[in-house]
Amino acid sequence: MFSPATSTPLPQLNWPHDLPGQTLTTNAAVLEARDLSRAVDQTGGPKSLLHAVSLVLDQGQVLAVLGPSGAGKSTLLRMLNRLDEPTSGTVLLEGIDTRTMDPRTLRRRIGMVMQQPYLFPGVAAANVRYGPAQHGIVLNDAQVTDLIQQVGMGGYEDRDVATLSGGEAQRISIARALANQPQVLLLDEPTSALDDVSKQDVERLLASLVRERNMTCVWVTHDVAQARRVSDLVLRLEAGQAVAFGTTQEQLHA
Amino acid sequence: MLNLLFHTQMSLGLGQAAVVALLAILVAQFAGRRGAKIGREIPLVLLRGIVQILLVGFLIVILLRGPWWTSIPVLIVMIFIAATIVRRRVPELPGAYKLSLLCMAAGAGGVLTVMTLLGIVEPKIIILIPVGSMVIAQNMNIQSLFLNRFLGEVRSHRGEIESALALGAAPDHAAEPYLQASFHASLIPATDNLRSLGIVWIPGMMAGMVLSGTSPLYAALYQFVILSMIFIAGAVSCLTATYLVPRRIFTPQQQLRRLI
Repeated sequence: MFSPATSTPLPQLNWPHDLPGQTLTTNAAVLEARDLSRAVDQTGGPKSLLHAVSLVLDQGQVLAVLGPSGAGKSTLLRMLNRLDEPTSGTVLLEGIDTRTMDPRTLRRRIGMVMQQPYLFPGVAAANVRYGPAQHGIVLNDAQVTDLIQQVGMGGYEDRDVATLSGGEAQRISIARALANQPQVLLLDEPTSALDDVSKQDVERLLASLVRERNMTCVWVTHDVAQARRVSDLVLRLEAGQAVAFGTTQEQLHA
Repeated sequence: MLNLLFHTQMSLGLGQAAVVALLAILVAQFAGRRGAKIGREIPLVLLRGIVQILLVGFLIVILLRGPWWTSIPVLIVMIFIAATIVRRRVPELPGAYKLSLLCMAAGAGGVLTVMTLLGIVEPKIIILIPVGSMVIAQNMNIQSLFLNRFLGEVRSHRGEIESALALGAAPDHAAEPYLQASFHASLIPATDNLRSLGIVWIPGMMAGMVLSGTSPLYAALYQFVILSMIFIAGAVSCLTATYLVPRRIFTPQQQLRRLI
């Protein structure tokens, strides 16, 4: 199960203060989306995947994005870290328009855990080291061990990821995302591909990690009960439109 | 047996071509009954092949009377045509024609230029055109294999590539494992040809040289040179592609394009 964080410090990244020409607005929301839309070209004309969705998240808030398949949940998430390009609208990270940022820097600051872990071939430790290495930071063994312990996988550093179960692989993918020390964590149905036992374990792990680190988090799920357990805010999407946005208490009668 | 029926070289050649074409059609028909969808395609392919090769024969007859440098535009046209064929293999790749053209110009074009300047390939039409066409044709196959495999790898590893991007990896780095796998796979035929040379097969060019009276030892060495040129040209064109192809599959915002 989940082991609490040890005291080994991770390298301190000097973002966003080091970004040239950008000033941090101290009173700005951590993450904000304004009228975010995306349409794709298809035979017969453009198809709208998401239309004019807005949201505001402060430090440490967890937003659950609920909706049926095809509602635009993943599309919204992928536009927040710019894996997909909005057709219109703006995403602001600490008040800064993300289009003015280098996508690589943005993605380091906004981490993501996908539905499938998609681990890279090799051992667990190499996966955890991957993100920081992209930015010239080499994690030492103690830091890697710490991260792997934080996701309850102590002793798995040298395990070939091909031998991991679905739940174990998802835990390593969470450690891999956390290794970049993101300010915001995007979770794209991180438990939906897992069995019931792993689902509960991974949900508890993520919820405690997010709370402990006071991370701002956008958690896509189609499970209303899960949204009630883990979130502060709820955004409901239907056919690419936001149909409700508010506190979990008022939206789900938690 | 055929030489009893045909008394001139041309008529014998036509007779031989007709017999093998009939046999190929027959085999294709049998294969068609077993479900292979080649029955209708084969007669057209055979007809196209014989017309093309006869046209080349006529062209060489004309060219042989001209200066050696006339082979240069002929080889350039071959590279352009080869690029259109590669593009057809990967229609979903944006800018595939220009990419293939650049890669084959660097691979086949570069190797033929260097080898000619070094005197390894004699600057004579009778040598440049057949040797050049062999290098270009094989380069085309290698290029098609590379791009086809690479797009297949990207499709089946979309999640891994986007995971790498989401961790802040540069697009080139995210695609690197799949570029390496494609590079390796596309050069397997050329590498195996070199490995099995003389043991498993005696290439047509060497056989032709021996039949025309060249020393078998020189013919063997020359065949080795040609196969090495094919390998080098293939490796150079794929290497060029590893630098150029990531720009075609990622957007300027470092997003992986949807490949249909």
